[in-house]
Amino acid sequence: MTTWLPGPVIEPLPAPPPVIALAGVTKTYRGGSLEVHALRGITLQIEAGEYVAVMGPSGSGKSTLMNILGCLDVPSTGTYHLAGEDVSRMSEDQLADVRNRRIGFVFQQFNLLPSLSAWRNVEIPLMYAGVPRHERRESALAALDRVGLADRAEHRPGELSGGQQQRVAVARALVGGPDLILADEPTGNLDSVSSADVLGLLSELHGTGRTLVLITHEEEIAATAGRMIRMRDGYASEPLETYR
Amino acid sequence: MSWADTLRTGLDAIRSHRLRSGLTMLGILIGIAAVILTVGLGIGAQRQVSAQVQALGTNLLIVSPGSSTGTGGVRGGFGSASTLTQADAEALGSRAAAPDVAAVAATSSTSATLQSGATNWTTSVVGTSPSWLSVRARKMASGRFLSTSDDQSVAAVAVLGSSTATELFGPVDPVGQSITVDGKPFGVIGVLAATGSTGATNEDDQAIIPMSTAQQRVIGGSSRTSVQTIYVQAASSQVMSAAYQETESLLLALHGIDTAANADFTVTSQQSLVSAASSVDKTLTILLAGIAAISLLVGGIGVMNIMLVSVTERIREIGLRKALGARPRLIRRQFLVEASVLGLAGGVLGAAVGILGAHLLPAVISNPIAVSVPAVVGSIVVALAVGLGFGVYPAGRAARLAPIDALRSD
Repeated sequence: MTTWLPGPVIEPLPAPPPVIALAGVTKTYRGGSLEVHALRGITLQIEAGEYVAVMGPSGSGKSTLMNILGCLDVPSTGTYHLAGEDVSRMSEDQLADVRNRRIGFVFQQFNLLPSLSAWRNVEIPLMYAGVPRHERRESALAALDRVGLADRAEHRPGELSGGQQQRVAVARALVGGPDLILADEPTGNLDSVSSADVLGLLSELHGTGRTLVLITHEEEIAATAGRMIRMRDGYASEPLETYR
Repeated sequence: MSWADTLRTGLDAIRSHRLRSGLTMLGILIGIAAVILTVGLGIGAQRQVSAQVQALGTNLLIVSPGSSTGTGGVRGGFGSASTLTQADAEALGSRAAAPDVAAVAATSSTSATLQSGATNWTTSVVGTSPSWLSVRARKMASGRFLSTSDDQSVAAVAVLGSSTATELFGPVDPVGQSITVDGKPFGVIGVLAATGSTGATNEDDQAIIPMSTAQQRVIGGSSRTSVQTIYVQAASSQVMSAAYQETESLLLALHGIDTAANADFTVTSQQSLVSAASSVDKTLTILLAGIAAISLLVGGIGVMNIMLVSVTERIREIGLRKALGARPRLIRRQFLVEASVLGLAGGVLGAAVGILGAHLLPAVISNPIAVSVPAVVGSIVVALAVGLGFGVYPAGRAARLAPIDALRSD
């Protein structure tokens, strides 16, 4: 029924590069004589503004994938382009700079420094980026305002609830204006109310055009994402029904 | 990341582990305080000895009797015989025989009981010549010193040391008062100014009388013509060794001895006394400073140990900082700054404790402790270097941690 209609040939505009482009990525750990193939060849692309959930049981390789996506580790073979830059063969210093500029992390354990107040936790990425102190404070307070914690800027993590701590962590992930926010089981340590709260916040951020990759083992949480990637035995697959 | 940020981050870490940081600093503190105190003790002892020797007088040679070979071939040691006489002193005072000698004062002393009214005081009574005052570089507090006519007339006059005057007369001016020396009446003509000496012989507790009076009225006996010590003052510091040679050869000739090895007297210079005393002090100072340096080394190992514990304990923090974009160099720098701050703080506090101790301890141990500025500055620098040096290895370990391993650990 489809009719092919000839029309004027339009040169497509050069599209912005995908935020994440993995090609044939493998990761093998060697422990003595034992070789563990954590990733066995992953090729995938994530475009700017996407909200992707990576799902899989433990041991499926999703943590390894997360580490490689977060530039915390480099692939054994294959290439990884992050926002158009090949990061798979970068030096440690270059990787540190890429993590600083392009990636915002949200961890399951929050990973806030207990001795620092909320805004001092949020300013850390800017400190490593070399931003002057007074600008850092302004940006950190703005990011805290963005997650609804403007009035908690001087509180230490110990004085905040779990949900609030994770919001501080989200503010820290946002503050440097990264290309990608990587959330690794962000609700794993939260009760259901706080979980919904943090997931709502992440959805909201996605709504403003952020690229989000959410790693989880809970189907329910993965369902909030626009696209789902399933990990099993070091391979990634995308169920057809998640294409919407 | 600026140095100010690195310093602030380091201080935050130190502040959040107060007890541990305090104990680390304590190790350095003790080491530095020990270094400052031992060096101060050594310098104080050296200064005290040279001050005592200088207080004897300037450009001084001291001739003591001794090392005489008796008829039976028995040799006596230093000061064991009375081989020096008033004639020796007079010969040394001759310009022709000893041109480089400016003044000579022979002394002859005995212990005697002084009495003023109902108060008595036993002290050393020294017979000497009027030149004693200038040769020994002493000053009068009141009255006058012995004169040549006192010596010629065998006058019964005495000049008191300041402590002796206080013991006998209290606050009353003793000049013009009379005392008895072993029962014989004497008039007090003057009081010597205090030297503040704390040495083995108290220079402020003695009574000075004319040599003739001492020999004829106080000492008596067969040894009355002998003298105990002859103080010889060289004309200047340049001619000290010439004066030494003249003194030695003149006395050898007078005593009929042909070689210096058989001399029945000993000539000592101030310089030899100072160098003998300070070489002993120097050895002691080196020994003490060595012990202090070892305690500083132990303190440094303490810093390393604490920093290693800190790296292990803060493995998650290091991983997080790396994930947030800290280059390995910045992590290393942060730990080095922490270790240096601990070392520096320990050094400054240790210097403060050392200086405080140098002011308080002399009251207890009666030894003076000199605060040496180079030692204080040097030990603070050393403390900083100890912190930095022993921080290198832990900081390197922190910098080398892989971010995933660091984040994964629980």
